[in-house]
Amino acid sequence: MMISLRDVTVRYCDTVAVDGITLDLEPGKIYGLLGRNGSGKTSLLSVLASYRRPSAGTVTIDGTDPFENSALMRDTAFIRDSLDVTDQDRIAKVLDVAGRLRPTWDADYAEHLVDVFALEPRRRVSALSRGQRSSLGVVLGLAARAPLTILDEVYLGMDAAARTAFYRELLGDYLAHPRTIILSTHLIEEVAGLFEQVIVIDRGRLLLHEDTDTFKARGVAVTGPAAAVEAFVAGRTVLSEQALGGVRQATLYGALDHDEVVRAETAGLTLAPVGVQDLFVHLTSGAAEGTPRTEARR
Amino acid sequence: MFDDRSPIYLQIANGIKDEVLSGALKEDEQIMSTNQYAAFYQINPATAAKGFAQLVEEGVLYKKRGIGMFVSPDARQRLRSRRRERFFADVVDPMLAEARMVGIDVDEIAAYLKGGS
Repeated sequence: MMISLRDVTVRYCDTVAVDGITLDLEPGKIYGLLGRNGSGKTSLLSVLASYRRPSAGTVTIDGTDPFENSALMRDTAFIRDSLDVTDQDRIAKVLDVAGRLRPTWDADYAEHLVDVFALEPRRRVSALSRGQRSSLGVVLGLAARAPLTILDEVYLGMDAAARTAFYRELLGDYLAHPRTIILSTHLIEEVAGLFEQVIVIDRGRLLLHEDTDTFKARGVAVTGPAAAVEAFVAGRTVLSEQALGGVRQATLYGALDHDEVVRAETAGLTLAPVGVQDLFVHLTSGAAEGTPRTEARR
Repeated sequence: MFDDRSPIYLQIANGIKDEVLSGALKEDEQIMSTNQYAAFYQINPATAAKGFAQLVEEGVLYKKRGIGMFVSPDARQRLRSRRRERFFADVVDPMLAEARMVGIDVDEIAAYLKGGS
């Protein structure tokens, strides 16, 4: 399924959560949606999953409007914080209900995942820890085998071992059953390798959407004598700078071509890549966490 | 396995080249599929495929439709001659630059190489 967003905006009263995003998602890839808390990730995913209509703009899946389209909704699994299950139910019942609602549900795989995450089927949802709740979300999301699978920060509360198991299962099941998977996260470093493409949003706006390798090559740290660094970075996008004595380090945005690399090295400068987590922080650190844009502030 | 310094697909391609050079991968031997590679190294299969595509373009691997990827018959020879061409520029020149900086002259290096020092 080809997903197209055109100028999608989501407003809550006078707060703009998603601000004119245009995006095309080709089928069968794993996407990473990156953004800080309050950047609009969940609102954007809710629109992608047709859980809500955009305040303005359009969403189409294979050319048709997915909102209240039951066939497309059956093909979409959206796992969000609330899990959309009955808290009083036991896990076994929750999985049973999911199996009856979804034609693509794989009960054997669900059972396997319950084992992997050491979930107790007789436990009630209300009695689960934060991490167990998240694990149940992963079971519901992956065993649904939905052509469009959207997982919104499903790792919350999971320890490192559970997250590793989650990534392994996600990739393994994707390899066996390719489909579109969108995973939102801010733990970028540990999952970046799984993403074919990354989408970065900040304060409701699309910052970039590109291949993960392209994204990774975007940041370069230039270190050397202050004057040489200053001369080299003039006219470029500098994300951050720091100085130690006469040595200066500038983090640049934008890949350098071969000539520029040679020029930097001739000038006695050292070039180093910037990790994806650092790059993300530099790109999105314009405002304090959780500061939403409002109409009044624009 | 992978560092942060270069794109993962290039690291995959370089890793396979090293295996061909060392003889760990033989000519006409089948290599792992992109899916096996992805599962083993926990990376997106598109990234593995990009690394393989690079090697096909360079003539290190060839594709048999519906079966998989294989090491080209002349891959080892070709990689060897390419690396030999670059040996002095990539390996010896940096060593000489370092030697010059710390005051070691060429005679001293030659004596060391001959086992005399």
